[in-house]
Amino acid sequence: MARVVVNVPASAKRGEVIEIRTLAGHVMESGFRRTERGELMPRDIITRFSCSYNGVEVFSADLYPAMAANPLITFTTVATESGTLEFKWTGDNGYAVTQSAPITVV
Amino acid sequence: MLSAGEIPLAERRSGYEFMSRETRAMQDDEATGPALFSLFDGEALWNRKAGQAGVACASCHGSMKGVAVRYPKVESGRAVNLEQQINVCRTARQNAPPWAYESRELLALTAYVARESRGMPIGIEWNGATAPFLAAGREAFNRRQGQLNLSCAQCHDDNWGRRLAGSVIPQAHPTGYPIYRLEWEALGSLQRRLRNCLTGIRAETPPYGASELVDLELFLMWRANGMRLETPAVRP
Repeated sequence: MARVVVNVPASAKRGEVIEIRTLAGHVMESGFRRTERGELMPRDIITRFSCSYNGVEVFSADLYPAMAANPLITFTTVATESGTLEFKWTGDNGYAVTQSAPITVV
Repeated sequence: MLSAGEIPLAERRSGYEFMSRETRAMQDDEATGPALFSLFDGEALWNRKAGQAGVACASCHGSMKGVAVRYPKVESGRAVNLEQQINVCRTARQNAPPWAYESRELLALTAYVARESRGMPIGIEWNGATAPFLAAGREAFNRRQGQLNLSCAQCHDDNWGRRLAGSVIPQAHPTGYPIYRLEWEALGSLQRRLRNCLTGIRAETPPYGASELVDLELFLMWRANGMRLETPAVRP
């Protein structure tokens, strides 16, 4: 089951730099490991993460096989106006998860 | 009870104190910590009715605060750790099949239960009932074994704080199990960690749930008496 958690401050002052923390539950199977029988385990990773703030992309990252399981992605942005932050993770085997969080800017 | 070579109380350090700033931050961050999803799973399992008896853990138990700091416990002539106690409850009370040791479910529920005692001091009593098992655990801790002919004490009592290859040797206090170990990229039990060390010294590894391992767990918890539980801890 695809699960994610985002941590966004509920409110911030206009112009303030806010820290956003996100955690995605994912095995991040690199595609380089083999089973005990010598068979290659197929790659299964998150390949892209992005965050939009009121429809404008403010952060994105491409992920590669060297990333550990359950990637924690922390970044900052500037609180400009009240609205919604939209988070999107996409990856192998049709993995696609979205999450949103409201923010009030005063 | 302290014998020669053992760490004086004032010098005891949790593995946390040997970690990098970044790894400590991961453990301190409860809102997005790496063990979070396991805790969610554990909470769901706690409240879910299971087995032919159709009862959930929550049907009988209230708060589990303070439970994990007293395990392993001595019950009907053997030392029983928290994982095993959960399986005892599953078979005896819920009439459900026990979970495999180190399965995702057993780790998640153990972490959820132990999480309730986070911050509480570990309290294992050395008394008439526990003495034989503690003594067996201490004996195992001090016994040289494996092809490298090393005892636990030679690293963790005598050489803690020094390095073994690139890694700092901690004092081996089991303050945060089940732990999220970065090397495993998953939650794991104290027995998994003990088996790792035994493999490292090229000794025989008892199977999961073996009484040798539980006695050693009991001794290690007693040895960490008074230290705060950190479950679910993060370790490198």
